[in-house]
Formats: sequence, C-alpha cells, structure tokens
Amino acid sequence: MKKIFSRPECLKPTPFHYCPGCGHSILHRLVAEVIDEMNLRGRIIGIPPAGCAVLAYDYFDIDMCEAAHGRGCAVATGFKRSRPECIIFTYQGDGDMAAIGTAETLHAANRGENITSIFVNNAVYGMTGGQMAPTTILGQKTTTSPFGRRSNVEGYPLKITEIISTLPGAAYVARTSLATPAKVMATKKTIKKAFETQLAGLGYSLVEVLSPCPTNWKISSIESFKYLEERLELEYPLGVMKEVTTEKGS
Amino acid sequence: MAAKGTITIDQELCKGCELCITFCPEDAIRIADGLNARGVHPAEYVKQHCRACTLCAVMCPEIAIEVYRE
Amino acid sequence: MNKRETILMKGADAIGEAAVRAGCSCYFGYPITPQNEIPEYMSRRMDEVGRVFLQGESEIASINMVLGAAAAGVRAMTSSSSPGISLKQEGLSFLAAMELPAVIININRGGPGLGNIAPSQGDYYQATRGGGHGDYRMPVYAPATIQELYDFTMESFDVADIYRTPVMILGDGMMGQLVEPIIVHEREEIDLPPKDYILNGAQERPSRIIKSLILDTREMEEHNWKLKRKYDLMRTLLPRYEEFMTDDAKLVIIAYGTAARIAKGAVKRVRSNGLKVGLFRPITVWPFPDEAVLSLTKKSKVFLVFEMSTGQMVDDVRLAVSGRVDCEFYGRPGGIIPSPQEISRIIERYWMQKEL
Ligand SMILES: Cc1ncc(C[n+]2csc(CCOP(=O)(O)OP(=O)(O)O)c2C)c(N)n1
Ligand code: SF4
Ligand code: SF4
Ligand code: SF4
Repeated sequence: MKKIFSRPECLKPTPFHYCPGCGHSILHRLVAEVIDEMNLRGRIIGIPPAGCAVLAYDYFDIDMCEAAHGRGCAVATGFKRSRPECIIFTYQGDGDMAAIGTAETLHAANRGENITSIFVNNAVYGMTGGQMAPTTILGQKTTTSPFGRRSNVEGYPLKITEIISTLPGAAYVARTSLATPAKVMATKKTIKKAFETQLAGLGYSLVEVLSPCPTNWKISSIESFKYLEERLELEYPLGVMKEVTTEKGS
Repeated sequence: MAAKGTITIDQELCKGCELCITFCPEDAIRIADGLNARGVHPAEYVKQHCRACTLCAVMCPEIAIEVYRE
Repeated sequence: MNKRETILMKGADAIGEAAVRAGCSCYFGYPITPQNEIPEYMSRRMDEVGRVFLQGESEIASINMVLGAAAAGVRAMTSSSSPGISLKQEGLSFLAAMELPAVIININRGGPGLGNIAPSQGDYYQATRGGGHGDYRMPVYAPATIQELYDFTMESFDVADIYRTPVMILGDGMMGQLVEPIIVHEREEIDLPPKDYILNGAQERPSRIIKSLILDTREMEEHNWKLKRKYDLMRTLLPRYEEFMTDDAKLVIIAYGTAARIAKGAVKRVRSNGLKVGLFRPITVWPFPDEAVLSLTKKSKVFLVFEMSTGQMVDDVRLAVSGRVDCEFYGRPGGIIPSPQEISRIIERYWMQKEL
C-alpha cells in the first residue's frame, strides 16, 4: 500500500485551533503543500494577519513574522526589498486586507511589489466575533449588521480583487473557492501559480480564496460549504482575472 | 477498474465536521458512536469499498485523514 | 565623499549622510514638512550606494516597512514630523514588543492637529512616554547641533542593535534647516550582539517566529518584565547631557534641542552682566538624565526649565529634583522661536525675584 495523502512536511504536528469546518485549516494545508512541492521552505517568509489566522505561525514550520492588523503588505514590502532572494507571502482576512489594510494592499500591488498575498474572504470578521466585513454580501446578517447588510446604510461588498486586477503592478490575480474538492485542488494550483509569478519576478500576485466561517455564519459546516458555492460565489465570481507572463521594463 | 485503497482517520484530530462524509463518493466514512477527547463524535472509516480518490482528505480541515492506494 | 572631512551641512542632510554611513540599508518614509529634505537626500544617496529608498503610501505603511526590513535583519530607518509620528505609534509599539531595531527621525512641528510647520517641542510627551500603546520605553536623543545630529543618528543604529529597540532622534524644523560646519566621519566598528532572531528563510535551521501576540497572561507578564530589565539597563547606561557654566551657577536653566541653543546664548549674555547662571542640557530625553539633574541641586537652588511648549520636560525635571529646589518654567509653544534676549530677560526676572 502506498501512502498517497498525508500531512505536508512544513506544517508542525500541532492541531489547528480553528473551528470545525473552517476554511483557514484547509488553506493552511494547501499553502504548506505548495511550499513542500516547490521546495521553498528554506527561503520563504510568511506574514500572518490579525484575524483568526494570527496563530498561523504556530502551524507553519517556516519563518513567520506577525503584522499589525492590515499592515501585512507593508511588512512584506520591507522584507522583500531587503531580501529579494526570499519568497514573501502575506496571509490576510477580508477585514485585514480590504478594510483596515486597503491602502497597504493597493499600493503594494500598484508598486508591483514582488510578493504574494493569500486573501481569505469569509465575508465576516471571524476573530472578533462575526461583525460585518467589507466583503459581507447584501442581506447578510452579522453581529453589526443585524438586519442584513443594506446598501444604503452599510454600502456594497468591496471587490478588492477586481480593483487590484486593474493595476499595472499586479501580475497574477485570481479568485478561487474551497467549496468542493475540485475547487480546493484548483486553489492549490492557483497558489502555486502565484508563487511561481513571484519566483519569476513578475510583480504582485494575489489569490483570493472564498472560505467558509461556519461559526459566524451560524450554520453547520456542511451548510457553510453549500452557502459558499450557492451565495458567495455568485457575488464573487471565480477565475483568473489577470495573468502577466513577461517582465515589464522600467 | 477503479483503484482500491484505504484510509486512516486520526480520531483525536477530528472535529466531526462531516465534510469527509459529504464528499466521499463511496459512503466509506461515517460518524462513530463513541466520543474522542475533544468530546466530539469523530468520523470513522467503514472498512470497505474505498477507491483512494483522496476527496475526503482533500476536504478534511484537520488533516486527520491519510489515504493509501493498493 | 571622503573618509573624514569638515564640511558645511544642513541638518537634514547630516541625518541622511550619517544613516548611510551607519550602514542603513533601507529608508522608508512619507513626505511631511519640515523634514522633506531627509527623504529627498535619501532618495539620491541610497540610489548612489545601491540601497533601498522607498516612499511609502503613508507613515503607517512606512513604519511597517521598516519593521519588515528590521525583521529581515537589515538596518532600516524612517523619518517624519508630528502628525506623521502620530501615525507611526502603532508600528513603534510593535517594534518595541517584537524587540526589533529601528531608527525613527522625528522633526517636531507646531501642534496639536495639523498645527503648523514651525519648530516646536510639543511632542516631548509623545516621544518620551512611548507614544504608542503598551508598557514600553524608547531611547530618544535630542541633538542641539548639526554635529550631534550626525553623531547621534549614526550612533542610534548601534543603540538600536545593542538593545533591540526602536530609537528616536528628536529634532525640530530649526535643526533640520540649520547649516553648520561638521566633521563627517565613518562609523566606528563595535561589537554588536549576533542577530540570531532574523527571518531569512529557515534554511538548515529551525523555523523562527517574530510576533507580539502573547495570549498567556503569565508569559505576557514575563515579557513585560524582560523589557523592563532592558529599559533599566538603558536607564543606567544611556543618559547623556551637557553642562555649560554650571560649576558656580546659582540658577540653572534646563533646556534641550533648539531651546538649549537659545538658552546657551542667553546664559552667555547674562554671564557678561555678572549673573552666575548655567545651562543643563539633556541630550537623551529618554532615559532622562535625572541623576545628573539631582546632583545639580547641590550647587544650584533655582532651576528654570525652558521649552518650546507649554511645559512637558519640566515634569521630568520636577520628578528628578523631587522638591529639593524651586523649579520654574518658561515656555513658548506653537512654533515661536524666542530670542536669547527674551530668555535672558526671563532669567534676569527670576534672578531678581529669587533674590540671588
Ligand atoms: C488596529 C486594530 N483594530 C482592530 C483589531 C481587532 N481585530 C482583530 S482581527 C479583526 C478582523 C478580523 O477579520 P478578518 O480580517 O476578516 O479575518 P478573519 O478573522 O475573518 O479570518 C479585527 C477587527 C486589531 N487587532 N487591531
Ligand atoms: S471564527 Fe470563522 S474564520 Fe475564525 S476559526 Fe472559526 S470558522 Fe474559522
Ligand atoms: S479516499 Fe475517496 S473513497 Fe476513500 S474514503 Fe476517502 S473519499 Fe471515500
Ligand atoms: S473531515 Fe476531518 S475533521 Fe471533519 S469529520 Fe471528517 S475526519 Fe473529522
């Protein structure tokens, strides 16, 4: 019997603290698998966010540096500019990436900063208890949008990935989902592509991953994966939005 | 002919989310009667007809499942 | 530029050149008057020496870029002025918590709010009391000459590495613009602790983490005490000050930075009229040279604190003397630069009042 699926090497044996059915856990594994497969452990640095994934450094067996809420892309810029030989990625939630850290994110992308962002969109603030996120969809109830998000009061879901795809500095921009095994595998391929983009020095790469938060969506794990596919993917269409394959001049 | 395989489930890692059960095309996994140390009914492998497709492991958030192919 | 030479230099350029020669690999900053000459100088010089200059999209971004570079193990700095320094406070708190070295230049302008772009000392509290959240301290140098601006900027990179802490250079618009002849020299090599904490990829070594989150309260308490021990060490080793004509002084004026330059002029004036007045100038405002201030009370019975604010450092002086001498205050906030004549009149007034 041949073992064909087991724990990636660059994850420590520590069990995840995430809730049952949480997308962060699946995504951690995917990122770790890609690091293993691309043999990046000795040169990669991860920047976890303030958010549910703040403890990512307890799981990844790679160098990791915490960033203040939203500042991941600025910290990553400092790393990449001083150690261009290293592969730098931020791992950020929607609040981190698209609310408090919008400026850092957009400008890093616009500079064509040669870093990768893995952006976990679960349409809520997970860590702080399920408040409204910039990505919360219209009608979605959260603890701070108890009547469901209303466009005339709370505004519209922010599609930061689409915005970033319009920036010349962005080299690879894609949105994926964790809703099914096929989509999970596609997410892994997309992350690989993003790291390859960075290795090739092509510019900023971003993978937005639609991810379930059963706890704050207040539904079961199974239902949350359905909701992901049936609701969130409607609001946030999957696909590669931008792919640059050759280096631009200065 | 479809591949044949088997899986192991680390029941102490399992949080009982049932994703493996939902996505297994062979109904080869079910919820166990007993509880683990976390106090959840973990998933257990029904020792038959696994086709080593890895779908359960791909979806398992806890990396509790290992898959073997014959 | 040659190894060691005397040249006329503007304050802002002196800061930049000192940083370059201190081995600063990365500069990140956001424009704000009156310190724009620093990023302008750095944008040219860092390019010349093949290092990193990057204009961040904000002060928040810039300080976090500094944090990333520091965690990657290189010498990094940023510069700003009052409103921008306010935005950097979160980053300073993280740098202190993570024990990362960094140099922050703070060219203080009039405030609060947007205030104005004139020289001010209204940010003393912010600079010396941590400014950001949490129980931390940060060494703060307050140079009063362009030579000092050069020397302390250079030295602050070593202090940052030795203690693994952010270090601030506190100046004001006047210091930034002033042109003086200075000796431009190379950094002296000294033994520094190995940077065994840096992140550069876990190649043939265990992976490392740099973080500030410590959920366990006991561990957090231990971390706070560890920082405290480090700050105590700084309190013993770092204080610096200058005494000018204090030996026989009955009245001592205490001032730092630009205010001290003015006060020195005033002291010279009143001395020529026979008044025994001296100047005490803290060079480090954190740690405050409180022992030196205390021992001054043996000689002088009246202290006059002069600041370009409504009175902030005066608190530190009063704490240091704990009631042993009269501690008076004179201040000009808002960007006013009083003349030495004005200060000598104030000195003369106290001289009469106190019947010295
Ligand atoms: C400056 C600052 N403001 C607020 C917080 C509190 N906070 C921590 S995480 C978070 C939002 C988390 O949501 P998200 O980024 O979507 O990540 P998730 O937890 O859902 O993965 C907030 C508001 C903080 N840590 N720092
Ligand atoms: S709150 Fe949501 S995002 Fe956070 S760990 Fe739980 S399920 Fe995951
Ligand atoms: S490998 Fe496939 S068939 Fe086997 S248990 Fe898992 S999901 Fe079911
Ligand atoms: S997917 Fe994993 S955690 Fe969820 S029930 Fe199955 S084995 Fe347990």
